[in-house]
Amino acid sequence: MAFKGTIVIDMEKCKGCDVCVTGCPNSCIALSKKVNKKGYNYLEMLNEDSCIGCANCAVICPDGVLEVYRVKV
Amino acid sequence: MTREEIIKPENLVYRRTPVLTDATMHYCPGCGHGTVHRMIAEVIEEMGIQENTIGIAPVGCSVLAYNYFDVDFIEAAHGRAPAIATAIKRLKPDHFVFSYQGDGDLAAIGTGETIHTCNRGENITMIFVNNGIYGMTGGQMAPTTLEGMKTATSPYGRDREIMGNTLKITELLAQLPGTCYVTRQAVYSPATARKCKKAIRQAFEYQKLGKGVSFVEVVSNCNSGWKLQPVQANEWLVENMLPMFPLGDMKVPDKE
Repeated sequence: MAFKGTIVIDMEKCKGCDVCVTGCPNSCIALSKKVNKKGYNYLEMLNEDSCIGCANCAVICPDGVLEVYRVKV
Repeated sequence: MTREEIIKPENLVYRRTPVLTDATMHYCPGCGHGTVHRMIAEVIEEMGIQENTIGIAPVGCSVLAYNYFDVDFIEAAHGRAPAIATAIKRLKPDHFVFSYQGDGDLAAIGTGETIHTCNRGENITMIFVNNGIYGMTGGQMAPTTLEGMKTATSPYGRDREIMGNTLKITELLAQLPGTCYVTRQAVYSPATARKCKKAIRQAFEYQKLGKGVSFVEVVSNCNSGWKLQPVQANEWLVENMLPMFPLGDMKVPDKE
C-alpha cells in the first residue's frame, strides 16, 4: 500500500526557518528563492510526486503554516 | 493523481488547530516555542477542553502567548505563574489550568514559587521550555546555561567557579512528593515533537486524577541567543544540551 500526499503552504506566515526541510524524508520541499511580504524565503514544494503525506513537515513547523492531505493509491 | 484531486476535505491529515488564533507568532524563525504552543493547542482540541482551560503566560519570550491561544489566559508577574495557577485551580477546580514558562522565569526568578507549588502538590500542569538562555532580553546567562557556554553576560563561557553549576531543576522537582508526572521532552525533530505531544497529553490527563503537579520540560532551541541558524541550533542542541538534559520520563504515577 502506498500513499500519495501533498501540502498546502501558507506562504505569508512562513518564516523560512528550514526546519521542515530537514524533517522531510523524501526531500520534497525546499525554500524558495522568492520572498514573501515579510522578506522571508518561504517554503515551496520541489518534488510533488515523492510526497507521501507523512506530515513530518507540519508536525515540526514552529508556525503551523502547513496543511497536509493524503490518499491511498 | 493531480494536486487538485488530493486536496479534498476527506483527505486532510493535518491542519493548523483552531485552538490557535490566526495571529502570526512573534517568535524568531525556527523557535521551539511555536511548536510547543501548537502541541498544547492540539492536545486541548483533542481533549475537547477549550471552554474550560485556563493558561498562565509568563514573562520572557512567551509573554505574548495569550495572543496565540484561543483559551482563557492570565499574564503573571515574572516567575509567579505557578502561584497564579494555584489560585485559579483552587477557585475553579473543575477547570484545566496550565502554566507556560521559560527557564529564566521558572528556574531563576520563580524558583521559590516553582518549588513550593510542586511541593504542595497543586493539581496543575506546568510546561517548562528550557533553552538555556534569556532569549527575550538579549541572550543573558540563565541558571540552565551549560558550562562553558558563551552568552551576553558570560562572554568567555560560563565558569563554574564564578557562576555556579547548571541547574537541573526538573530532576530537583521529580524528588518532591507533590509532583505526580515529571518528564523531559524536545521538539527538534518530527519524532521528538510527536513524543512531546503525547507527554503533554499525559500531563493534562494526570491533572484529571488530582494527584499533584504534572510537569513537562521541553528542551528547546534559541537560535538568536545561540547565534546560530535554526537548523544548526537544533544540531547544537542534540550535541550539547541533550547530554546535560537527557530526555525521558523521570516520574510516572503508579497505575491503579
